[in-house]
Amino acid sequence: MSQSNTSQSQISTLRRQLTQNPVSQFFLKQREASIAIIGVLLIIYFESQTSVFLQHDNIINLYQFTAETAIIAAGEVMLLILGEIDLSVGNVYALAPFIMYFTVQDHYPVVVGILAGLLVSAFIGFLNGVVTVFLGIPSFITTLGSLYIINGLTLTISNGFPELTPGTGQIVNIMGNGPYSEIIWTVIVVFILQFVLSRTRWGMYTFATGGNIVGAKEVGINTNLIKIGNFVIVAFLGGLSGILASFRISSIDPLAGGSTIMFSAIAGAVIGGTALNGGVGTVVGSLIGVIVLSIIKDGFTLLGISAFTFDLILGISILVAMLLNVRLQMLRKAGN
Amino acid sequence: MADTNMSALRVEHISKNYGAVTALRDVSLGVKYGEALGLIGDNGAGKSTLIKIMTGYTSPSSGAIYVNEELKHLHSVSYARTLGIETVYQDLAMISELSVFQNMFLKRELLIRGTPFLDNGRMKREAQEFLLTLGVKLPSVDVEVSKLSGGQRQAVAIARALFMNAKILLLDEPLAAMGAREGAAILELINNLKKKNVAIIMIGHNYAQVLEVCDRINLLQRGVITYDKGVSSNSMDELNDIIIREYRIDQKQAESSAAADGANKSH
Repeated sequence: MSQSNTSQSQISTLRRQLTQNPVSQFFLKQREASIAIIGVLLIIYFESQTSVFLQHDNIINLYQFTAETAIIAAGEVMLLILGEIDLSVGNVYALAPFIMYFTVQDHYPVVVGILAGLLVSAFIGFLNGVVTVFLGIPSFITTLGSLYIINGLTLTISNGFPELTPGTGQIVNIMGNGPYSEIIWTVIVVFILQFVLSRTRWGMYTFATGGNIVGAKEVGINTNLIKIGNFVIVAFLGGLSGILASFRISSIDPLAGGSTIMFSAIAGAVIGGTALNGGVGTVVGSLIGVIVLSIIKDGFTLLGISAFTFDLILGISILVAMLLNVRLQMLRKAGN
Repeated sequence: MADTNMSALRVEHISKNYGAVTALRDVSLGVKYGEALGLIGDNGAGKSTLIKIMTGYTSPSSGAIYVNEELKHLHSVSYARTLGIETVYQDLAMISELSVFQNMFLKRELLIRGTPFLDNGRMKREAQEFLLTLGVKLPSVDVEVSKLSGGQRQAVAIARALFMNAKILLLDEPLAAMGAREGAAILELINNLKKKNVAIIMIGHNYAQVLEVCDRINLLQRGVITYDKGVSSNSMDELNDIIIREYRIDQKQAESSAAADGANKSH
């Protein structure tokens, strides 16, 4: 009995030391920091095992894994904070470049094509939001429906065949083909959305709506507008990401993206500290979460893990990364 | 507010029927600025119906409402709010994921001049100062409301209502589920509010606590106000008497209906 008491008090002293130390305090306070540590540890591990992990070519590889998913994850965070989700965004990713392609086929300039793709994407988000908010259908179901509808639409208009991405010159480089273009787009999107989230009314109302929708309505926040607006944001970013990808690889694939990129984005957001039940989340965290996922994928590829066992290990790694993050969050709570 | 005898909020001959059920019957009460009125009664006595009517959530079946001695038709909560009437509920008021200052400034945020960006620094300072003037002590206005104790949360909810220019506060069970020390802090806050000329209607079951801060007590029983007096040293005994009498009547009715049941069964 007395022994368990001492070990208990030892644990609580240890916890206090751990949580009161200024360095660990910083990491415990910043939601993003704990997952960033896990990322750094993974980099050290893979570098020590392969010694090519930090080479330029691999870094390029890594950011290509990261950028398109991170842009979607940034938008998805806004919805997750609301306690909503968009499962159809990966299919918007596939549709948007085809809208651009067919607009250009109709003899409009590429810029108009890009805008048309983004506009259609945003409109899909608007419909997702309106159906969810006004028909009272849970967004999981709404966007599951639109996932299939959009996929069917993409396959129908493309006849299931890939096309070459239109356009030449500077616009192509800006929109994803230039060596640093996607990185720059990702940084811009993450920066803007994080700023919106923590420094504008829109972000504050998003947290308020996700945290306590009754209370938010009570003070006069138009929670329907906030929800629909964030559905528009995530679908718009899905379209942007798909268009960037089509310029990067110079072809448009009707089967690109889909639920794979959508699930990676949501996993990245959740690993980065966003709660699936709403009220909590950061965009920067989702970026770090997606980077960690990419590090795991890329590292295992370099290690030469068989494609068959790859998903098995990836799944376990995601769970472990998430578990570590949850443990750190519990420590953080204990510190308060 | 020139005349100190003027009522801040007064309801006269209010009745409310839900179909055949009468929730309130000919209720009249009023509160002045700088005064706290305690409204006590059991569950189902009609307290919540009365609050809903005074905050514009529902309309009475008959009767009149005067705000600053002017006849008003409180057709909506937001209209009542523009007249300075605000209800502080314990659970609904706050967004627990937002910090104290964010809750206080929600829907009336300060922006950095000429930009759409929040001026968090200024909001924190002003929230801090405002809480200090009310004597509310918190570790920081930057802390999430979910991390506050029940008493601190209640204090912030009250502060927020005042911050939104409420002059007439309806406090719904402000001391429910609160420890003695936390309760004492809230009672002190209510005393501070009286000094700042806020009109307060405090609703509660526990009349010992209500007696501590209120100047007058109204007891609501089955939709009728059965007791309306200033608080004095006798209040506790008088209220006890009424409650015990009520209890005895209930008992008798229960006994007689049980007897009637028994009689029916024996047939």
